[in-house]
Amino acid sequence: MSSVRVKNIIKTYGEVKAVDNVSFEVQKGELFGLIGPDGAGKTSIFRILTTLLLADSGTATVDGYDVVKDYQAIRNRVGYMPGRFSLYQDLTVKENLTFFATVFGTSIEENYALIKDIYEQIRPFNNRRAGKLSGGMKQKLALCCALIHKPAILFLDEPTTGVDVVSRKEFWDMLNQLKKQGITIVVSTPYMDEAMLCDRIALIQNGSIMSINTPDHIVQSFPKPLFAAKADNIYRLLQDLRADTEVESCYAFGEYLHLTLRVKDGNEHTISAIAAKYNPGGFEVKRIAPAIEDCFIELMGNE
Amino acid sequence: MEDNQSPSTVGRQSSTKEKAIVCKNLTKQFGDFKAVNNISFDVDQGEIFGFLGANGAGKTTAMRILCGLSYPTSGEAMVAGFDVYRQQEKIKKNIGYMSQKFSLYDNLTVLENIEFYGGIYGVQGAEIKTRSNDLVSTLGLEKEAKKLVGELPLGWKQKLAFSVAIFHRPKIVFLDEPTGGVDPVTRRQFWDMIYEAAANGITVFVTTHYMDEAEYCNRISVMVDGCVNAMDTPANLKKQFNAHSMDEVFYELARSAKRTGD
Amino acid sequence: MKQLLAFVRKEFYHVFRDRKTLLILFGMPVVQIILFGFALNSEVKNIGITILDNAHDVQSEQIIAKINSSPYFKVRQPALNYKDIEHRFKEGGIKCALLFPVNFGSALYKTGGAQVQIIADASDPNTATTLTNYLTAIIGNYQQELNPAAKPAYQIIPEVRMLYNEEQNGSLNFIPGVIALIFMIVSTALTSVAVVREKELGTMEILLVSPFRPIMVLIAKAVPYLVLSLINFIIILLLSVYLLDVQIKGSIILIFAESILFIITCLSLGLLISNITTSQQTAMLVSMMGMMLPTMLLTGFMFPLENMPKVFQIISYILPSKYYYSIIKSVMLKGLGFSYVWKETLVLAGMAAGLLTLALKNFKIRLS
Repeated sequence: MSSVRVKNIIKTYGEVKAVDNVSFEVQKGELFGLIGPDGAGKTSIFRILTTLLLADSGTATVDGYDVVKDYQAIRNRVGYMPGRFSLYQDLTVKENLTFFATVFGTSIEENYALIKDIYEQIRPFNNRRAGKLSGGMKQKLALCCALIHKPAILFLDEPTTGVDVVSRKEFWDMLNQLKKQGITIVVSTPYMDEAMLCDRIALIQNGSIMSINTPDHIVQSFPKPLFAAKADNIYRLLQDLRADTEVESCYAFGEYLHLTLRVKDGNEHTISAIAAKYNPGGFEVKRIAPAIEDCFIELMGNE
Repeated sequence: MEDNQSPSTVGRQSSTKEKAIVCKNLTKQFGDFKAVNNISFDVDQGEIFGFLGANGAGKTTAMRILCGLSYPTSGEAMVAGFDVYRQQEKIKKNIGYMSQKFSLYDNLTVLENIEFYGGIYGVQGAEIKTRSNDLVSTLGLEKEAKKLVGELPLGWKQKLAFSVAIFHRPKIVFLDEPTGGVDPVTRRQFWDMIYEAAANGITVFVTTHYMDEAEYCNRISVMVDGCVNAMDTPANLKKQFNAHSMDEVFYELARSAKRTGD
Repeated sequence: MKQLLAFVRKEFYHVFRDRKTLLILFGMPVVQIILFGFALNSEVKNIGITILDNAHDVQSEQIIAKINSSPYFKVRQPALNYKDIEHRFKEGGIKCALLFPVNFGSALYKTGGAQVQIIADASDPNTATTLTNYLTAIIGNYQQELNPAAKPAYQIIPEVRMLYNEEQNGSLNFIPGVIALIFMIVSTALTSVAVVREKELGTMEILLVSPFRPIMVLIAKAVPYLVLSLINFIIILLLSVYLLDVQIKGSIILIFAESILFIITCLSLGLLISNITTSQQTAMLVSMMGMMLPTMLLTGFMFPLENMPKVFQIISYILPSKYYYSIIKSVMLKGLGFSYVWKETLVLAGMAAGLLTLALKNFKIRLS
């Protein structure tokens, strides 16, 4: 059964198409990721699904309810963490949580089992004001607040933006725990490396979805062999390879350059031979499995 | 007279290469709290140096000192050959700064922004004109030159912001989480620009807590609780920590952090 | 109901944990009352006066000499004619004028009674009142000297004219004005800011995506500020009575009832502003520029409305504070009952109902 079903949603702001004919489904109990840069339309999609925004056209249901007609029913069933959600800074951890519990017509005790693992981590700071918490702890508190009424579906809009690596890792661990408890999770992120942590992902750019599948499938459908190369002077190498007619694409990727060749059956030796023309010092090349970011770049090239 | 003793002699002793930044036992203390605790490192001219750390590790405090915005409590540091205690104004003239949050004025046009920053860094009027025309054509912004910056897409804004930060040809440019939020292609274009700047001899000092951004740097230092706990190339760090990515390296280092918060 | 209570409690947390809000809430009324109270109780000394003596007789000159010798007045160059008086007022330097009719002395002796006219610059009503009181006292003094036997054979009747402010608004009239102002600040400005802050924080999105009825958000925001406004109101009344010796002449219940009506009007305005603005700064600016400035300038409590250009007088009719000001002035200071203020009350009630409907109707259950 589908928890979320989106069909041909369009949303425009003036002349900008924020969401351009988007369709996707999220299965019950799935951890689904919307992956794309700022301005790709992720937030608009979240707002439409949480009944905060009306689409220009298209339909969407959440937990079987229509986002326009049955907005009250949806508001009872979803947990939502907006991108800029920062809680009430002047209220303590406990007060924030109690407040949201009451607003959602429940109490901390009622659904304690669900938030226990997360809440235990911030509990020592119960009487600290939310404004004085670190980014990671704020995020945990926000997640507790979004979970307090035991929602069927959790919508998390860029929950890891501006949070450090340690907190990010902990956060994804928490999401996996929640998934085990049967909660459907829709999460958005601009960080491509987080895509691998989702069951299925949609790569989204300029309001439209370029690809939907499991991360493994997306990686496997990368059309060509991908190579990573480096040299002492990486910028020179980048310029040289990019200018070479045998190289199809070449771009920086961390400490390496990633490149594809025009010929189908090229290998490391082909590239070494090409590079040799330019005499780079400390040259290395290896064939690699593409990352989601490579796929994203490839798909953007197709658009 | 001390204004004239540039470039520094401290850097030359330690290496044949020109040093853009030299830090020795730098400490900044607020009461009992050592925000920056006895850190030492060098950055070469033309190097892309990643300055990493979790929130609250002391990155911002250290960077403020290096930008000439705050005095250290003890230790020494030379930036672009100038002393952070006595030559703050000279430092400010010789560095550029770009952050993701503050960069350009949305309600000024592209050209007006360039002219404004060129002006405050003392670039001459005629020079501003030729350089800004060059800049606009290099960025391919000819059509948008008279448009308000607020109307540009985020990626273009970032590229423009970086160009503006190095418009006065500083020796060092400080970048604060420069590529967050943009699409992967724009991000590559941005890194191309950074590589180019470095190839032209500008030292690039990147602070970030995103590790994929860090992997582009020549060398990385990781700050934990006010101290620099690791410093090497990304490849060596990964080897040292037996990790696949900088994410894992950082996780290993930062996990033990006592401090939290901003 | 439990949800509403939790919400109201949360609002009080916000208020009591923010020093700035607290200062605005409880510091401002005290400061304003004290400031206005003492600024207006100015001491009268060596005030310039001009005299138009059409009589030029012994009696008029005796009175002039008496005035000149008093520490309160300084007689300036005499006025040439009636028109000249106005000219001299505009020039500054004098704050009041005394007019003797042509046959002042003879009238006094022949008919036993004569008139003088006192003209005071009432744009500063407090001083004007004091001045006329002093002048009347000096003339009364002279009159007594004429009638040593205590049989009032000769009477001088001073006719007082307040120039620039015929109704002589002012003196203690600033108190209802300050009350209106405080309500505007607390109920309109702070309420709108409180709602908009949730929008800025992003918490409004959470509240909307909750089973909590959107309308309840508004009610929950309004209740604390209604209570705080009333507390403020009581503070101002206490200060007025005990610090400035103001006598509350009318029914205290009526004053409270009218005040609650006005607070509801202000709250509705605040909620309406919060519906149409998205940043705290804008909300504050709209409340200040759109509501408080007109209240200060156009309700007549600081500057007499009669002398303003017609346009402003017309604008003042759409200001709720104008009606509230007039009601409180009548009830509190003049001791009039409901039968005298029902018209204003009706207008105010109409405005409250209209604004509240508008605010509730405009409240968006979605983002735009």
